[in-house]
Amino acid sequence: MKIAITSQGNSLDSSIDPRFGRAAGFVIVDTETGETSFADNAQNLSLPQGAGIQAAQNVAATGAKAVITGHVGPKAFLALEKGRIDIYLGAQGTVAQALEAFKAGQLDKADSADKEGHW
Amino acid sequence: MLTIAVASGKGGTGKTTVTANLAVWLASQNVDVAALDCDVEEPNLHLFLRPVWTKTTPENVPVPEVDEERCLGEECRKCVDLCRFKSLIMMAGSVMVFPELCHGCGLCTLACPARAIREGAREIGVVRTGATAGADSARIPVVGGEMRIGEAMAPPLILAVKRTAPASAVRLIDCPPGTSCPVIASLGGADLAVLVTEPTPFGLHDLELAVGVLRKMDIPFGVVINRDGMGDDRTHRYLEREGIPLLGTLPHSAEAAHCYSEGRLHVDALPGFREAYASIWENIRTLAAREVSR
Ligand code: SF4
Ligand code: SF4
Repeated sequence: MKIAITSQGNSLDSSIDPRFGRAAGFVIVDTETGETSFADNAQNLSLPQGAGIQAAQNVAATGAKAVITGHVGPKAFLALEKGRIDIYLGAQGTVAQALEAFKAGQLDKADSADKEGHW
Repeated sequence: MLTIAVASGKGGTGKTTVTANLAVWLASQNVDVAALDCDVEEPNLHLFLRPVWTKTTPENVPVPEVDEERCLGEECRKCVDLCRFKSLIMMAGSVMVFPELCHGCGLCTLACPARAIREGAREIGVVRTGATAGADSARIPVVGGEMRIGEAMAPPLILAVKRTAPASAVRLIDCPPGTSCPVIASLGGADLAVLVTEPTPFGLHDLELAVGVLRKMDIPFGVVINRDGMGDDRTHRYLEREGIPLLGTLPHSAEAAHCYSEGRLHVDALPGFREAYASIWENIRTLAAREVSR
């Protein structure tokens, strides 16, 4: 399975970007092969609105089935849900550390809209 | 019809009280005046004018509805790529519409090769019309808009307020604060603008921004200094330096503040304010006359 991790840089050592829609990019990790790649999200940084859903579309295009990030907005949540992409929140540190936390089941899976208010 | 927009660089300068007081003063002079509340995000002109609303009309904007059966899906993407407001995305092979982001331009409907897009409607808010209570001659038609909670598209609702308002000899528009799209929509078509400011450094900064907008839009304007005496004389000096007409000043007083907090009108309750508004109106007329002959 491919996982997209919001990142400030293009490698496993890069820091997590806590934002989803306005993340610098996504480090894509294939959990079966261990291969990583980078998907740029820079074109979204300057969008006045709708950055979250554009990012969701970008993630879907990479074939990822899960997203690891800090926070996600309600519209992006809706879009990712439609794309059947799971969302894990509360990631910290580097991309590699977030991946470990995910594998250890330490990240919260966002599965309802009840957190919408403070996203 | 003389359309006068009352604006300010920021909120809380007394723009709405100036609109309400001027409207009531004009009506007392038998001037045929209507008051428009174009601050559709936080309307409050009605708190001062207390109109009886007689009609409420929902205002809609068009939004696309995609027929999944007809849509060509991933291969096409025309609508998604063309929408400059980024309100459509392609997700799991189908087009997802985010109505709150849509500006209703209709481009996606035109561009769809499969005729898969219909025009739906989304309600952005309501337009209310009514009039102040009082004797016939003093009755002021009031029109205001109220945006739906969570809605972000003020300009179409503002235009609807203007469209709905009766054609009176004088039309006073209470603009939203700031200098963004809703303000531009409120100012559009105004013959002149009255900028309300406070004589403080912050007030001056926001005034300068508003002056920039009015100059760009080529709308003649003058300034009313509210709560004059509370700050320094920098605003006065700025107006002189820039050759901007000072339409009048309203004094800073405890009574005025108290009156305001109770939602009462200065021209009704306090001595001196009627003269102040009479003089502001004289100056507005002089400015209007000068601009007509320009
Ligand atoms: S109507 Fe215009 S703004 Fe709305 S989705 Fe279509 S192209 Fe985008
Ligand atoms: S333009 Fe029409 S056919 Fe093409 S993706 Fe959009 S809705 Fe589907």
